[in-house]
Amino acid sequence: MPSLLQLTLLVVGRDLKLALRHWDQIIQPLIFFIVVTTLFPLAISPELAELRRISAGVVWVAAMLASLLALESLFRTDVEDGTMEQWTLAGQPLSLMLLSKTVTHWLLAGLPIVLMSPIVGTALGMPQSAWGVLAGSLALGTGCLSILGAIGTALTVAVRRGNVLLALLVLPLEMPVLIFGARAVDLSMHGEAVAGPLNLLAAMLLLFLSLGPFAMAAAMRISVEN
Amino acid sequence: MPDPAVSAPIEPLLDVSDLHLWRGERHLLRGVSFSIRAGELLQIVGPNGVGKTSLLRCVAGLLPLESGDIKWCNRPLSSNRDAFHQQLAYLAHVNALKADLTALENLHYSVSLRRTITQHETRDMLQRLQVAECADLPVRAMSAGQKRRVAIARILLTQAKLWVLDEPITNLDTAGIDLFERCMAEHLDKGGLIVTAAHQLLLRGRPNVRTLELH
Repeated sequence: MPSLLQLTLLVVGRDLKLALRHWDQIIQPLIFFIVVTTLFPLAISPELAELRRISAGVVWVAAMLASLLALESLFRTDVEDGTMEQWTLAGQPLSLMLLSKTVTHWLLAGLPIVLMSPIVGTALGMPQSAWGVLAGSLALGTGCLSILGAIGTALTVAVRRGNVLLALLVLPLEMPVLIFGARAVDLSMHGEAVAGPLNLLAAMLLLFLSLGPFAMAAAMRISVEN
Repeated sequence: MPDPAVSAPIEPLLDVSDLHLWRGERHLLRGVSFSIRAGELLQIVGPNGVGKTSLLRCVAGLLPLESGDIKWCNRPLSSNRDAFHQQLAYLAHVNALKADLTALENLHYSVSLRRTITQHETRDMLQRLQVAECADLPVRAMSAGQKRRVAIARILLTQAKLWVLDEPITNLDTAGIDLFERCMAEHLDKGGLIVTAAHQLLLRGRPNVRTLELH
């Protein structure tokens, strides 16, 4: 019987190994993020002052859509090839296994976006002083989005072509994250205090981290019944 | 069917009574009951679509019970689910193998959820199931029969007491079926229990082998 730590490492190790075998799929969200943010200067205006006004919102919306795009691959293959069925029968806490999977997923899809965000922000005229808050708010925010998305994916994974349903289900729930995240970046660009929205984001992340895994496991058990 | 009181005086380990299951509008299982003791094999037979897979999924705990009772070691399944699952090895239609991982990696990641396992042990088991040459091949490069053998290796390596197997010999050649029957016989001799759904009866003529026909 593996301990809980061994179980976590086993799941994380397996998913990292699988990701390395088809990394072309893994970098898709990052490329999407970069392409979408690059389109705005082309469509609106190359004028830096104008771009600066919308930059916080653009980066955040792009990050949110990229994270939604990445969810597609989160549980689907494991459910289709029967692995998830075996996991529910392993006599191990499914909630922890799904959380480990979600954390790995964030490392592969969320973290690259966080690391890339200062560069993208700069391209949109964001001052260097806002880099820290941008990356920090995105780190907290994409964490929230990954967990919320994982719950939605666990619910819709058995539905054929559940992508649209997933977006309808998850995007409204993600609104608060978007609002506080973009607000924090905007405030920091104007040199104002950002502790409020960042604290709220951190509180949301803690809430989702503690309750999310149980919701994921309950949803997944319903999905593998079919 | 031999009189259970004479052939095996021990208590049944798995006891299923009066199981009913509806799938949509269809009343699929109508009061199925059976019980199995240590060392017994129960083969569920019946035409396609009669509910063999659904019955096995109910027994494995994948489908919630709508009415009826499943007991493992005299305790209802719902109250000791994790303890039951730790003694259960379930083989579905699908092999639960990741196409991008090799046979060794697949077995490592699935069996390690239950117990610590060495690579040496895994290789020995693949050798025994005559797929040693596939050990380092990604599963996507294997034939359907080889995949099934690797999936069977998982069942054997798990060292579970109860095997629930859904058409285990699909895609196996005659040599593979013989080999698998020997593995099953060995498991029964060690006091294991097996419930299978199969179109072809296995271990014919052996004592403690029963069939249950679904209508």
